[in-house]
Amino acid sequence: MTIVEKIIQAHCDKKKVSPGEFVSVKVDLVMATDCTGPLAIKQFRRIGVDKVFDPSKIVLIPDHFVPNKDLASAEQARQLREFACEQGTRYFELGQGGIAHVLMPEKGLIFPGDIVVGADSHTCTGGALGTLSTGMGSTDIAYAMATGEIWLKVPPTIKIAYRGKLSRWVSGKDLILYTIGDMGVDGALYSAMEFCGEGIDSLSMSSRFTMANMAVEAGAKTGIMNVDRKTRDFINQFPPRPYAVYTTDNDAEYARIIEYDVSSLEPQVSAPHSPANSGPVSRFGNIEVDQVFIGSCTNGHLEDLRVAGQILKGRRVHPRVRCLIIPATQKIYLEALSEGLIELFLRAGALVGPPVCGPRPGACLGVLAAGERCLSTTNRNFIGRMGSPQSEVYLANPAVAAATAITGRITGPEEVAKK
Amino acid sequence: MIQGRAHKFGANIDTDAIIAGRYSGLSEASDLARHCMENIDPDFPGRVQRGDIIVATDNFGCGSSREFAPLAIKGAGISCVIAKTFARIFFRNAINIGLPLLECPEAAENIESGDTLQIDLSSGEIKDLTKNSIFQAASYPDFIRELIAAGGLIEYAQRKLAYRPGKDG
Repeated sequence: MTIVEKIIQAHCDKKKVSPGEFVSVKVDLVMATDCTGPLAIKQFRRIGVDKVFDPSKIVLIPDHFVPNKDLASAEQARQLREFACEQGTRYFELGQGGIAHVLMPEKGLIFPGDIVVGADSHTCTGGALGTLSTGMGSTDIAYAMATGEIWLKVPPTIKIAYRGKLSRWVSGKDLILYTIGDMGVDGALYSAMEFCGEGIDSLSMSSRFTMANMAVEAGAKTGIMNVDRKTRDFINQFPPRPYAVYTTDNDAEYARIIEYDVSSLEPQVSAPHSPANSGPVSRFGNIEVDQVFIGSCTNGHLEDLRVAGQILKGRRVHPRVRCLIIPATQKIYLEALSEGLIELFLRAGALVGPPVCGPRPGACLGVLAAGERCLSTTNRNFIGRMGSPQSEVYLANPAVAAATAITGRITGPEEVAKK
Repeated sequence: MIQGRAHKFGANIDTDAIIAGRYSGLSEASDLARHCMENIDPDFPGRVQRGDIIVATDNFGCGSSREFAPLAIKGAGISCVIAKTFARIFFRNAINIGLPLLECPEAAENIESGDTLQIDLSSGEIKDLTKNSIFQAASYPDFIRELIAAGGLIEYAQRKLAYRPGKDG
């Protein structure tokens, strides 16, 4: 069996599971946000149980439309908070939390071998810890909160191996944009992606989370990685609890095996309106931008801010570009502050926002007007994703974003760093 | 038996196309329905009639996990969505809230906007009355049939918990 099959098997009452099979599994953590939580709560009430199955295994995190931007979002956030208090679930209030997908690993809520379900498509981020972590809808989450179980179709696994040493400024973001560009937005539909090889071994945990975060953009149920020394160092920060490390058997069946030589890979950019429209940054000459966004569950890690800092240090954001930088969690914000990064960003002419999801339509920060163009470190550039249906979003890593903020047009980090 | 007119869309119709994120504050299906598909087809909410059917090609519903996407479609009166393939979270959400989906590549290829369709959900048979052709959709696995028979995941949970050993009733 593959890693994902072994995790599913360990959480259900079967000795062996195979792709395509429908199973009911026990879950280790259930997550909802202020965006999807209220509907999950409404559906939970309809089921007719009084109590969630285990309050310690449920985490509710306001991160989407907060700080409350209007009455409707205030109402949603209130429903989430009141339900958390009533049921005694885990809850991270603004100022003590951050973006769910970065916060859950940071708080030690996800361990290898777990099954984590969340009412947000980017819940797959947890796969970087060797976890089966996947996004679902509010009704699914209501069911999981009530029963502690969820139905799953056992996904086939696609093995994706990355060979070669990565160049400077090339990160997990570039590997995943390149992969989605090659496989397409439905290249891993219904499947699990298993990322491995030298390219993955060399990545930091932050970069691994970035890759796993975007597995859903290829249609995957999850993006999973092997547990290694870096994973163990990461989880050893937390009070110990039992966990299980699985590896794929030698005779396991993969639906597909893909190998990429990434030794000459350049930083990648995905053009509107699909993450699969990716290509090397050098191919995007003279595309002017109105806004640059560095942050989100994809690239709001401390390491991402450090990379942006290396580029922005001693330089200025272009006079007609809005550069918005948002650390993903309160802890990352504080660390960035201690390291002098926040001051560096402010002196460079960037705007630093509070640790929430940030720019996306209906959210409180950085929405785009018709005709505006943004280069963003986020994960999705669908039509209207960050505001007007007539706006455009390009996706890239934080180094490209910082370089672009300086020149005002899509720029590779080498060009700026050389000067 | 379902009968309605087809509205044809292409590949990779994402959740932001189905219902723009700027309407996330809305939660009633009827409110969401007024903005259904407007990012890619602004006239759709005005044109759609109760019972109509959406037909699309690959990966319908990709993107966000927001259940507002199938809710908006259901609220618009759409009786069924036919596609070559569906994005997995959209598939779950639609089944969980009782919006029927059929996977049928031939139907997705051949049906055109405006065609009148007749669908037998139990057998998966799709008749294009305008073109006088018949297509057969893949049948649901038993587990999904059980969910649909219950009326959705919440109703399924109500039954399951009612029969839990040791619980009254």
